[in-house]
Amino acid sequence: MDFDFTPEEQAFRAEVREFLAENLPPRAERGRGFMGEWLRKVRDKRWVGFSWPEEYGGGAGSLTEQAILKEEMALAGAPPLGTSFMGLAWVGPGIIQYGTDEQKQRFIPDILDSKVNWCTGYSEPNHGSDLAAIQTKAERVGDHYVVNGQKIWTTGAPWADWIILLTRTEFDVERKHDGITCLLVPMDSPGIEVRPIENMAGDRNFAEVFFTDVQVPVSNRLGEEGKGWAVTISALANERSSIGEVTQMFAKLESLKDLVRSTNRQGRPASDDPAVRRRIGEFEAKIAAMKYNGLRYLTKQLRGEPLSSETSVNKLHRASLEIEMDDFAVELTGLAGVQLPGSDEAVDGGRWARSSLGWPSVVIGGGTPNIQRNIIAERILGLPKD
Amino acid sequence: MDFGFSEEQNLLREQVLRFMTDACPLSVVRAQNGGLPRDLWQQAADLGWLALIVPEAHGGLGLKWIDLAVVLEESGRGLSPLPILSQALAATAIGRCAGDDVKREWLPKVATGDVVFGIGLYDDPTWIDAKGVGLAGGETLTGTKPFVSDAAGATHLLLATRNGERLGLAIVDAGDAALKAQPGIDRTKPFATVSLDRVEPVAAFAMSADDLAFLTDCGAVAATLEAIGAAEAVLALTSEYAKTRIQFDNPIGKYQGVKHRLADMFIDIESFKSLAYHAAWAIDDAPHELPRAASLAKAYAADAFARIGIDGVGLHGAIGFTAEYDAQLYLKRSKWVRSAFGDADYHYRRAASLGGL
Ligand SMILES: Cc1cc2nc3c(=O)[nH]c(=O)nc-3n(C[C@H](O)[C@H](O)[C@H](O)COP(=O)(O)OP(=O)(O)OC[C@H]3O[C@@H](n4cnc5c(N)ncnc54)[C@H](O)[C@@H]3O)c2cc1C
Repeated sequence: MDFDFTPEEQAFRAEVREFLAENLPPRAERGRGFMGEWLRKVRDKRWVGFSWPEEYGGGAGSLTEQAILKEEMALAGAPPLGTSFMGLAWVGPGIIQYGTDEQKQRFIPDILDSKVNWCTGYSEPNHGSDLAAIQTKAERVGDHYVVNGQKIWTTGAPWADWIILLTRTEFDVERKHDGITCLLVPMDSPGIEVRPIENMAGDRNFAEVFFTDVQVPVSNRLGEEGKGWAVTISALANERSSIGEVTQMFAKLESLKDLVRSTNRQGRPASDDPAVRRRIGEFEAKIAAMKYNGLRYLTKQLRGEPLSSETSVNKLHRASLEIEMDDFAVELTGLAGVQLPGSDEAVDGGRWARSSLGWPSVVIGGGTPNIQRNIIAERILGLPKD
Repeated sequence: MDFGFSEEQNLLREQVLRFMTDACPLSVVRAQNGGLPRDLWQQAADLGWLALIVPEAHGGLGLKWIDLAVVLEESGRGLSPLPILSQALAATAIGRCAGDDVKREWLPKVATGDVVFGIGLYDDPTWIDAKGVGLAGGETLTGTKPFVSDAAGATHLLLATRNGERLGLAIVDAGDAALKAQPGIDRTKPFATVSLDRVEPVAAFAMSADDLAFLTDCGAVAATLEAIGAAEAVLALTSEYAKTRIQFDNPIGKYQGVKHRLADMFIDIESFKSLAYHAAWAIDDAPHELPRAASLAKAYAADAFARIGIDGVGLHGAIGFTAEYDAQLYLKRSKWVRSAFGDADYHYRRAASLGGL
């Protein structure tokens, strides 16, 4: 057991730090052209798609160096390495794993260059947690599929160029997981209609997406017909909790401590309140547990040992922290805590109040806590399915 | 970066596991009455477990707490009644605080198990602080020391003393002291109250407040490591039961009230395991990280294992409440773990302080 990094890994960390010192000005000094330049520079470094194969423009980096990169980026509060979060997080990896050579050539470089934005069309009005039961229909007609149906909660649909779409090509199946087919569809295809939905924080990031006789070339199918479930599973597995998230959460904890230090309750410093101190300790223990869980799982991967569904552990920790830390900050500061940005009385510019309305993306998106617990109980502990 | 165990450590783990299954199963554990099971102790000594963290210069194997971690975890899985934890703390205390003469004389006997240590640090059971040490130090010791762990089977006692602001550790021949064994919830973690009447310690040396904190942290980490094994045993026992016990035509493990509670146990065990491994590693390799690491691990484990102990009984229904069924043994251990070397409240608040609040 050792937490040291090899000389090469240390050199890599130094390289990342040096790059950040040179190329990441403080937020206030970032001008209009900053983001474009940033994206070009990290791309030139081959840090976008860091672990993807070299032949498609990836960095072919090791898992450990990827962890270092994410950690340093998060420590520095750096912006993302690309504009398409989903493209980088699971569409790209899915195409690399299941795509044809032609698909890889066609889609991967555009994801790496932030030229296209992707969205994910999995959930339907009647099929959320029970995703494998989806009903959006894709019918093979010649060298096209004709798609009819509806998706919902599709994040980024209003501005996405492409959608990774889960459809059903066979309805008469024994297992609902069979007969699912994954298609890559341009969002400007005739027959697609997007209707944004406003969430409780007032944002309109997700949408309903309607498909009416949408024609999709067979060459846009990802993986085999009827085998789309495997593609989905591997995509969701790519959505696992990363070291970068842990770093962000430690940073958030530090902000929370600053808030405690500057807050009085009942006329006395909140930092003297034993209950407050205990909560801070509890948050730190959970975040540290995520960190060391992550390192233990990373070690397993590096040793080539199979990972089961252990990553659900960190996902559940993250879900509860995401809710509890903001909620704690809001409660700590009384009615000032509920003031939104723009209020003269807002705490930290309304940051905590605002983010206390944001947890569903982490907690519900990608599988609810109940579903994560089912996964652990069934896949790891071997309990009967419900 | 490698946060996993080596092949040697994994072999050691298998060895301890085999010992616990073959030589020290729960039937044997249940038969204990607070004394030292001599033959088992000798086997543990022969296998080298007592020598693990003793320096080579003093007849030990010169390994680290992270190696001992494996022994503690597997011992905990089977609720071993052997005082390996107390012996390890004694080895650590002598190695850290005593002069060369004392080390030369005592450490080899600790390694062979010829000397068996009971240990008493705090007199006040709710005060993890130098001020919680009560017994007055001096040329001779007179007074009582409550909460001395593993005293009944010990040849010697290692007792914390205080002279004004100065702390010390005294090694007392168990034969020179009057021991009163005190019944506790967990019979595998026996206590005694030790009375001393002008007893001359066979050795005595100074201890700083930092040393005391360090030893407490080692104890907290050790209790947490044992709790990993014990909690995993509860989870295994209860999951197995949930797969076979049928109610309302289904195995109870199909119901989410049961299965989600078991999933939560898994999440908590995974988490305090990671924290405990890091803390155990820090004892030798990053001592400056130890206080915070130990507090995070112990705090998490103390609360989580307490719930696991309770739900391990509760999820079985009435059978879990019976003396015959093993779930209750783990619940009893969890009660000990809760308070040993500082409870969750103490450690969470300490973590906040160490984190700059
Ligand atoms: C911010 C946000 C962004 C999203 N982005 C996308 C996206 O980009 N693309 C996409 O396809 N989807 C997206 N989703 C949808 C998300 O994946 C689903 O919301 C999620 O899978 C849950 O499905 P549901 O909302 O239909 O809830 P349901 O499945 O109806 O669940 C309702 C409640 O019942 C519980 N429940 C359901 N089944 C069980 C069970 N077997 N046992 C116990 N409890 C159960 C759930 O835990 C939940 O509390 C997003 C969701 C959110 C909130």
